[in-house]
Amino acid sequence: MAHESISRTTYFTIFLILLALLVVTVRVAHVDLGRFNFLAAMAIASVKAVLIAYYFMHLKTQTQLTRLFAGVGFAWLALLLVLTFADVATRLGG
Amino acid sequence: MHPESRFLAHHFDSLEQQHEAATMGMWLFLATEILFFGGMFTAYGVYRSFYPQAFVAASHHLDVTIGTFNTGVLLTSSLTAALAVHAAQAGRRRAVIGFLVATMLLGATFLGVKGFEYHHKFVESLIPGHGFVFPGPHARHAELFFSLYFVMTAFHALHILIGLGVMAYVIVLTRRGQVTPEHHPSVELTGLYWHFVDIIWVFLFPLLYLIR
Repeated sequence: MAHESISRTTYFTIFLILLALLVVTVRVAHVDLGRFNFLAAMAIASVKAVLIAYYFMHLKTQTQLTRLFAGVGFAWLALLLVLTFADVATRLGG
Repeated sequence: MHPESRFLAHHFDSLEQQHEAATMGMWLFLATEILFFGGMFTAYGVYRSFYPQAFVAASHHLDVTIGTFNTGVLLTSSLTAALAVHAAQAGRRRAVIGFLVATMLLGATFLGVKGFEYHHKFVESLIPGHGFVFPGPHARHAELFFSLYFVMTAFHALHILIGLGVMAYVIVLTRRGQVTPEHHPSVELTGLYWHFVDIIWVFLFPLLYLIR
């Protein structure tokens, strides 16, 4: 379990940041930024995911080995996405 | 004899080691879950890059206000889940049960709203299949968007449903005194699972509702 506890104040602060980011992502979606709309949406979602994983899921206080297990899941996902879209992007571009 | 040793399985040296193994095992399971949903996210990305206009047109049939509300509900349920674990660390069993019940109510609210949205899609003939009706030139590819929408949100909703069941069981364990400050893997691991399901929705929401 968590070796050092994360305080309730931290949980509430992270929660408020997550709600703020939700509002930001909805607002940004209504502004036409071209292809940057997609990038902005994914960037905000990634920040939210990292906050949830780091604080709510206690990666902040876990051992390096547990962090490695968590990181590996996302690393394989990155492999799946990068290799697939490298293929899709280069085939359809022409 | 250590007071918590009744929880120590014989193949572990210490409770701490046992807990670390449980947490690691949970993250290993979540890694398989990341890839389970990852396959669907990849399929979504490939088809969206094939038919961007159709995906925008189809996405306009989803209600951003309802989606935003439901995202807020799920984020709040993550807070209550985190507070349940916090209460378990402090040994406050009544608070653990209270926060778990709150998390379950929020999860059920999410499912209720999702059901309302599904019903709305049914009324609008936006269920992929023979009855699918979509105005404009993008009908076939909009149908693809809705196939992905229903598969991804339904698998997500299934995970919420499983989470509700697991939390009901953890409430029973807590009532039986199986949750102490030194030993509460049931609460901790349920929290990990619930936050993971929240993260999936954090990506589903902008990808499905916020394409413009």
